[in-house]
Amino acid sequence: MGIISSGFRGRRNKDQPGLPPGQYLTESFPVLSAGPTPRIDTAEWEFQLTTETGQSHSWSWDEFQNLPQEEFTVDIHCVTSWSKFGTRWKGVSLDTFFQDVDTSHPYTMFSSYGGYTTNLPMEDILNGKAWIVHQFDGEDLEPAHGGPARLLVPHLYFWKSAKWVRGLRMMDRNDPGFWETNGYNLHGDPWLEERYW
Amino acid sequence: MSSTWRTADVVEARFETATARTLALQFPEPVSSIGGQHVDIRLTAPDGYTAVRSFSVAGTLPPTGLEITVEELEDGEVSPYLVRDLTVGEQLEMRGPVGGWFVWQPSDTSPVQLIGGGSGVVPLMAMVRSHRAAGSTVPMQLLYSVRGPSSIIYRGELEKLEASSPPLPVEYVYTREAPPGEPVGRLSPATLMPRILPPAADPAVFICGATGFVETVAAWLVEAGYTESRIKTERYGGTGDGS
Ligand SMILES: Cc1cc2nc3c(=O)[nH]c(=O)nc-3n(C[C@H](O)[C@H](O)[C@H](O)COP(=O)(O)OP(=O)(O)OC[C@H]3O[C@@H](n4cnc5c(N)ncnc54)[C@H](O)[C@@H]3O)c2cc1C
Repeated sequence: MGIISSGFRGRRNKDQPGLPPGQYLTESFPVLSAGPTPRIDTAEWEFQLTTETGQSHSWSWDEFQNLPQEEFTVDIHCVTSWSKFGTRWKGVSLDTFFQDVDTSHPYTMFSSYGGYTTNLPMEDILNGKAWIVHQFDGEDLEPAHGGPARLLVPHLYFWKSAKWVRGLRMMDRNDPGFWETNGYNLHGDPWLEERYW
Repeated sequence: MSSTWRTADVVEARFETATARTLALQFPEPVSSIGGQHVDIRLTAPDGYTAVRSFSVAGTLPPTGLEITVEELEDGEVSPYLVRDLTVGEQLEMRGPVGGWFVWQPSDTSPVQLIGGGSGVVPLMAMVRSHRAAGSTVPMQLLYSVRGPSSIIYRGELEKLEASSPPLPVEYVYTREAPPGEPVGRLSPATLMPRILPPAADPAVFICGATGFVETVAAWLVEAGYTESRIKTERYGGTGDGS
């Protein structure tokens, strides 16, 4: 038990099922980014997956839109302690992108327009655990929230859900990405409070 | 370890404005921070309920102390307690300081433009203080957007820095209420650009404040030709384009 602040009452929306330790619920949708919001034209957008052999698979915006789309509702958890329940998204499962990809490397590094990177083990992005999404709450995803398309990995802290995603490459080691080199945890499970180093 | 909670004594509390208060925290062991980093503060109510929020480090009190400055958000859960209710002699729990991106190091050699809105000035002040303490000679200047003169956090210290040698150039933008002879109104590219280091100087730019403020200013700078990778931002929350 921590230090008690006798005058502090708090709003106590905390004892909610589904809320990881140390998180509080918000109705708004805060933004965490390291720099300016890039503006990306979907005519130039491309998503590229590069394997250990150097072979790359890529999808244009139209090809991406023609992949099987999923609509789903999940809770999201930001390392800065807010969580938001019941967010509604539309996009393509990572399983779909990996369907014809031959790789045996266990880790990935996602990269974004604007230079941001984040590392993710394969076991955290396959089997219905991660998507490339382009709609939030029935609307096209706003640039400030990662539009035109972002990665969504809802079971990990939200910095892992790279905004303005442009591709990934396979890695044999779990090298750290951008936030992970800047003080944040290599993995980022909110239920284990894997926030910082 | 940055990720473990430690206990701080609140040794001093002073109001910077009617709604912002600086808290000086002391620890049983040494604590250090790079200008721009933040800490997490955890409050625990008598029944065990806890709430955590992030606050920028405003400055260090070597070797075992640091300061934070909290702006009260009227409907907020945590900030009204820290600004109004907490008293000197009480304790808080803190994790950090953390952050390796939105930071200024005394070894940095390029010119620096700081742009803050409201309480977003806090980490920028930490950079200013570290710049002074290190005797750094790289040009550093501040543009500070406030509602009015009475909302200026660190006002006395900023006045002294402006008058010192070498001076810290400070430009104020008044959005609601201005001293006589100064314009009032929201920031626009036209009012911003002439008052900051030009793109040709290729400054390192740090922008901090409410999310809407940061979004807007960062987008203007990119449009005006500042190098995108040289612009670092810290978004405090709140509404704006972000929500
Ligand atoms: C890295 C980081 C550093 C920060 N440093 C500081 C600091 O140095 N000083 C400081 O005062 N605050 C700072 N903040 C903001 C701080 O963490 C809290 O969000 C703020 O104090 C509000 O908390 P609260 O519990 O009072 O309000 P909450 O109960 O969390 O929120 C109340 C309402 O206000 C909105 N809101 C939240 N933040 C803001 C905002 N900044 N402006 C307008 N509306 C808002 C929320 O969306 C909500 O609707 C920082 C935030 C981050 C992420």
